Amino acid sequence: MSKLTSVSALDELRKDILSRRDPKKTKLSVCSGTGCRAYDSEKVIDSLKSGIKQHGLDDKVDLVTTGCHGFCELGPVMVIYPDGIGYFKIKPDDVDDIITETLSQGKVVDRLLYVDPEGNVITKEHDIPFYKYQNRAVFGSNQSIDPKNIEDYLAIDGYQALATCLSSLSPEEVLETVKKANLRGRGGGGFPAGQKWEATRNAPGDVKYVIVNADEGDPGAYMDRSILEGNPHSVLEGLLIGAYAIGCQKGFIYIRQEYPLAVEHLDRAIEQMRELGLLGENILGTGFNFEISVHRGAGAFVSGESSALMSSIEGKVGEPRPKYIRTSISGVHGRPSDLNNVETWANVPLIINKGVDWFTSIGTEGSKGTKIFSLVGKVNNTGLVEVPMGMKLHDIIFKIGGGLRDGKKFKAVQTGGPSGGVIPEDMLDLPVDFDALNKVGSMMGSGGMIVMDEDTCMVDVAKYFLEFLADESCGKCVPCREGITQMLHILKMICAGEGQPGDLELLEEIAAMTKACSLCALGQSAPNPVLSSLKYFHAEYEAHVNDKCCPAHVCKELITYHIDPAKCKGCGKCLRNCAVGAISGTKKEPHVIDLDKCTKCDTCFMVCPPKFSAVTKLSGNETLPVSES
Amino acid sequence: MSQVNITINGVNIQAEKGMTILEAARTAGIFIPTLCYHEELESYGACRLCVVEIGQGERKKIVASCLYQISDGLVVETETEKINGFRRTILSLLMHRWDSIPASLLEKYGAKSNERFTDNMTYCILCGLCVRFCHEVKGANVLGFIGRGTIRQVVIFPNQSAKYCASFCPDEMECLHYCPTGVISSQYYGSRPADGQALPHAHPVCINEDINILEILERVGYISK
Repeated sequence: MSKLTSVSALDELRKDILSRRDPKKTKLSVCSGTGCRAYDSEKVIDSLKSGIKQHGLDDKVDLVTTGCHGFCELGPVMVIYPDGIGYFKIKPDDVDDIITETLSQGKVVDRLLYVDPEGNVITKEHDIPFYKYQNRAVFGSNQSIDPKNIEDYLAIDGYQALATCLSSLSPEEVLETVKKANLRGRGGGGFPAGQKWEATRNAPGDVKYVIVNADEGDPGAYMDRSILEGNPHSVLEGLLIGAYAIGCQKGFIYIRQEYPLAVEHLDRAIEQMRELGLLGENILGTGFNFEISVHRGAGAFVSGESSALMSSIEGKVGEPRPKYIRTSISGVHGRPSDLNNVETWANVPLIINKGVDWFTSIGTEGSKGTKIFSLVGKVNNTGLVEVPMGMKLHDIIFKIGGGLRDGKKFKAVQTGGPSGGVIPEDMLDLPVDFDALNKVGSMMGSGGMIVMDEDTCMVDVAKYFLEFLADESCGKCVPCREGITQMLHILKMICAGEGQPGDLELLEEIAAMTKACSLCALGQSAPNPVLSSLKYFHAEYEAHVNDKCCPAHVCKELITYHIDPAKCKGCGKCLRNCAVGAISGTKKEPHVIDLDKCTKCDTCFMVCPPKFSAVTKLSGNETLPVSES
Repeated sequence: MSQVNITINGVNIQAEKGMTILEAARTAGIFIPTLCYHEELESYGACRLCVVEIGQGERKKIVASCLYQISDGLVVETETEKINGFRRTILSLLMHRWDSIPASLLEKYGAKSNERFTDNMTYCILCGLCVRFCHEVKGANVLGFIGRGTIRQVVIFPNQSAKYCASFCPDEMECLHYCPTGVISSQYYGSRPADGQALPHAHPVCINEDINILEILERVGYISK
């Protein structure tokens, strides 16, 4: 490809690409994101390639290997256009049928279609509830492009926004547009991106930087990874637009080393941009110069904090800086540096292309646009979902997520990752909105959403998140380092049945100090899992401390396993599976667990046939139900 | 130097522009406790004992006074009930790393050790004074931190031999005079780890024997076997 030396040359190239494409042609969009790869999507793709060739369908069918579609639960995922047929859980063996039936004869392979919990078969991908209630403004393009091919991005108006900015908008106008759109930081803080840009723009200094924060570290969250894997150019285009508005010639992308596919696609995308002259000097002949370097982070959670991230870019240890001066004024090498999250940058080209009115028409008063969440935990449909801001948590979990697994009862949803908080059932009407979530002691965070059912112990959950944070604290300041250590120690004692009166007050005391006095946002938000669970599930903590009872039957030290003689039919399954020989009994007679031998491994509970459900966990003062006979 | 007017604990004070709250307070004879601060070294903001409340009413916030620069009209409170409560918690936590925190400090804020806390008696409170002295004053960078979170500790970097250390501080390790807990001086007063001594002994402040630093360094490829 030759370098594009003007905006009209870009238009010409786009026309040329589109002229070579037929929108009516059958297109297979197969996910090759990290999630589907784990389900062997690459083998499916290889079989498809050779199958298409064998059947001589090369001219009739386009095969596009894309990034994440979102419905990771049911990977590998495929959508067949133009009809929009959705196939799920495809195995390499299914490929023959897809080719001989669907591609050759236009017949649908029923067994690969989505079946909803009521048993209804849904043919079209966009009719599936998981997709139907989403608004995939940012994430939707993943399905139509091969992230390794810049032509695919150009075909969907890629770099049109950049061209518009460079050729017909002044930097001030671009800045005004983003400010008017009230685009707020998707990384968690929700700080208005336009204000950040402006602060960097107005900061004194000739050399300024723009940075992509792709140091996504929340356990279970992978929105940013999937955008970078599936549509790296959308982030890069946003970055260039930001650089133009702020007045920067140099950008950094700080990405986790643990995201090899995202790094690969990003590197490839940057290479292609350079080939087309979208990076370097005099971009599109407009006199705008820009260079990008990709910095791979070693995977420290704290490096997602802005000043720690910038230290890391400088080659220093990723520790937050103690200064009361914003990185937009003094960041990398002391230069003004604007840092925005992956998803924030990816929104920028959309705002330019579709306009402020479009963007602000989505969302709530204070939070505009959409937000991508990784919906995980005990819901039926796990995956990445993009919803308009303001959607109720209830709708996300029950309409899109399809409710809880195995008919269990909802208990809480944890938003905002380790620094977020838990939200109980009576607050499910809350809209997802930066301010609404902060108000109840949680936060939007980067978009982690973990659904918990009745079998989840909230003390155990708080302990889990503090364990993560104790590992990830940089250890520099006392409140975070010592505060997390001792809070975790107390929680461990509570879960082990060694809780004492006063422990909960002590937890609150340390949490308040850690929140108020820590050096950086990691420490300041670290007590959130403890504080929010204490607030909404106080009775559960009290049960642990006072009655030595874990109501959810999770904390091993507080539970015992029993076999209900009224239910046990003596099938012997538990006896055979018990690793320590703690179960005795004769065939067809109720079995008994020897509590002295029992190691509480949970095996008997899991293997007991559901029709009997004779193995019961008891905690505290609980007793086996008195038999009815 | 231009002067600015600030209020500390209700008293109007004139201080030099560019000072931190801590500097202004100390110049005016107002006590703010610190453990990681040293006037010769750059502020570090790690012990957080120096936190104060600034602003008024709804806009009150808590900042580390060793880092926060004063501006005209700034209102500071150094000893509110809230702040002193935080200091009490911080000191109580630190008592489980270092059991000889000056009694005056503990008494002033009513800090007591808590039997519900777990002990991690390394005697090193990770204030970083030795590390910063080595870096900022000596330009030696012989000392540094290793590990993060609770396993963070100060070490002599293994590729910096005792001889190298001696080339900066020929008579004695001067950093020991900066150590507030005395953990360096108690071990190495008048001596230093011998050159060529087995490396695990060459990090004076590493008390936590559970952690094999060499193993960690090997694992991350910093040194080879």
